[in-house]
Amino acid sequence: MKPGSTLAACAALVRRDLTLVWRRRGDAANPILFALIVVALFPLALGPEPEQLRRIAAGVVFVAILLAGLLALDTLFRSDYEDGSLEQLVLSPHPLSLLLACKIAVHWLTTALPLIVVSPLLGELLHLAAPLRGLLPLALLLATPLLSLLGAVCVALTVGMHRSGMLLALLVLPLYVPVLIFGAGACNAAQAGLPFAAPLLWLGAALVLVLVLAPLACAAALRISLS
Amino acid sequence: MPPAPRQPEDHRDRPALLEARGLALSRNDEPIFGPLDFALHPGEVVLVEGDNGAGKTTLLRVLSGLLAPTSGEIRLAGEPLTLARLSPQVALLSHANGLKPELTAIENLRFAAGLLGLRSGLSPTTALAGVGLAGYDDVPTRTLSAGQKKRVALARVLLAPVGLWLLDEPYANLDRDGIQLVNRLLENHANRGGAALITSHGAYAYTSGTPRRIALRGGNPGGGGPAGGSGFSRDAAVPEIRDGFAAEAAPADRSNSGGEA
Repeated sequence: MKPGSTLAACAALVRRDLTLVWRRRGDAANPILFALIVVALFPLALGPEPEQLRRIAAGVVFVAILLAGLLALDTLFRSDYEDGSLEQLVLSPHPLSLLLACKIAVHWLTTALPLIVVSPLLGELLHLAAPLRGLLPLALLLATPLLSLLGAVCVALTVGMHRSGMLLALLVLPLYVPVLIFGAGACNAAQAGLPFAAPLLWLGAALVLVLVLAPLACAAALRISLS
Repeated sequence: MPPAPRQPEDHRDRPALLEARGLALSRNDEPIFGPLDFALHPGEVVLVEGDNGAGKTTLLRVLSGLLAPTSGEIRLAGEPLTLARLSPQVALLSHANGLKPELTAIENLRFAAGLLGLRSGLSPTTALAGVGLAGYDDVPTRTLSAGQKKRVALARVLLAPVGLWLLDEPYANLDRDGIQLVNRLLENHANRGGAALITSHGAYAYTSGTPRRIALRGGNPGGGGPAGGSGFSRDAAVPEIRDGFAAEAAPADRSNSGGEA
């Protein structure tokens, strides 16, 4: 009578969450559709002049992906909370922060990574400048895990409430703004021919810090939400 | 396993698996339950009885470490309770049965086994057969009935390699066979040296052996809930509602007992 290893628990959790995303794959396409719609509306509203669109392209793609991520954020713990799986997770003999890190990783993999993959297409819709074609996905690769991790802490705090959507957005946005400024700032600097390494390095540093701290904060927040 | 015949009393001299001293909980200065003093020894099944809203579910959440008590202490094998010490020893069956509707019964159990470990000698398939659902391995949980879902959740409790079961309304939604099944599972668990705390609002009861009982009588002596102190004459209002909604009254009542946390 001894509990299984932590590694086996994490593997079981990752396998389950991936299976669930696959079974609900219709929902999984929502963030991509949302980002696509937002980006496609800009040329219609601003007119098709490539110069004008090129100037705002990186920023718009960043904002669209940020909002799409925000849209998908609530699903992170919602169904687990409602069907009682979250209780079982908290009561498991393994470190909750580690299990939550796995959950967040799967969430990032299934919501943010597809957005990064379509980001060149989004950029093309707005005549993204050629030097940014490689930089934008790189900046997103650093920024989106940050968004997922910071968002997870806020979702954990609000999961026990009904209709927490607006509150969640209010909690999350102040944390998202710096990420947006550094991420889009790097792209804008590159477009203007300025050095752009510093904001990317800042994002990387923040990612390392948040990668360590967010799962712990998330676990503490969930315990509060469940009590 | 020693071949000697095992009586529940055999385990009494071992330290209590779970011990509560002066355990009480209140929310917004309104007492929910307590103060309670009891101990749960290996081989014991204790039944927590109380009406709807008496705080049975809340008591189980406190004992499982999900909720901190307002006063009093919980000891686990003699040591004060912390979630880290508790979790390898307890399996909780709550109203939300913790099953994913999109996954099949066996996938749900495999996940539970990965998360909580596996009782030696059992596999997800045998556990599922053990709760009378042999052949339901690949049926999506979404399509199972409420009673069948409860059985899958019981199989999950059965699989977990733990000594202490906290079962919230294990009889709810179950048919006559299911009730027998729960009693059999509890009896086997007690004979293995495990212990269980189960709640019931009194409609069904643990029949085998002579389980000890803890009666919960709700926090507020008036029993009136938030509306109890108002000037309305409840006796006059109730029959009127019953007449109008006789058909809906019964299921609504049952779901009330479900959401009493």
